[in-house]
Amino acid sequence: MSSTPVTTASTPAPSGKQTSGKPKPATSRPAGTIYRGREGMWSWVAHRITGVLTFFFLFAHVHDTALVRVSPQSYDTVIDTYKNPFVNLMEIGLVGAVLYHALNGLRIIAVDFWEKGPRYQRQMLWTIVGVWVVVMVPGAYFMFQHSFETLFGSK
Amino acid sequence: MHSPIPPVIEAPRSAPNRRRRGGTNVELYAWLFMRISGIFLVVLVLGHLFIMNILDGGVQRINFAFVAGRWASPFWQVWDLSMLWLAMIHGSNGLRTIINDYTRRDMTRFWLKALLYSAATITIALGSLVIFTFDPTLN
Repeated sequence: MSSTPVTTASTPAPSGKQTSGKPKPATSRPAGTIYRGREGMWSWVAHRITGVLTFFFLFAHVHDTALVRVSPQSYDTVIDTYKNPFVNLMEIGLVGAVLYHALNGLRIIAVDFWEKGPRYQRQMLWTIVGVWVVVMVPGAYFMFQHSFETLFGSK
Repeated sequence: MHSPIPPVIEAPRSAPNRRRRGGTNVELYAWLFMRISGIFLVVLVLGHLFIMNILDGGVQRINFAFVAGRWASPFWQVWDLSMLWLAMIHGSNGLRTIINDYTRRDMTRFWLKALLYSAATITIALGSLVIFTFDPTLN
């Protein structure tokens, strides 16, 4: 059920010019290669990809944290791998993915439960994209600050 | 061909029988769970990411002693345990939907779900065990 992109409800029908009353079969593009496109579909695609990436990270993360039950040294050794600039970049990617998934999830809830949700789904998408940028710019700055100092810093 | 069960012909204008024969509401509950757990996870996960990655030096300050300090408080134990269970079930159900969408052979679907449910069960059990049996004086 949740696999259906319900958020495309307000996507307008293609406005091809009708030359006759009879609908003629589409020959220019094979049907079914792409869904209806635009914001409704791409937000759904991004929701899936960010969800899967986060879920796979979650498996790794529960297991690395479980090392606190083995010994403080083994936990600290593994956590130290998180503290290098390359993994730091991937963390920023993870935070970006989770933040998108969270904001778009709230948008999906609004589409499903708010009576005007389907009508405003596109405006809501661009709103959450705006919120994402506003949060991610300072967020990425603070997250990468230490790595930047390690790589190029004077101290 | 004789069917053992005679077809039921409903009386005219009778209320439609919306519930499929033999069907369950599992998918409805799964759909609802995704939305309810999602609201909780927005707070739990974004809070977790903010504290761990951005606040007060971010990941640079995290080590065994930091974890010990946090899990000394029941508040953070409950936070982390709720987050573990909700995120694992939410993610497992999401991946279950994706497996259902893209697998074509019944056996592929069966084995991928078997792998998913095993991995999720082990991970939830391991994470819960670690939170409940954490020993700050280890070593």
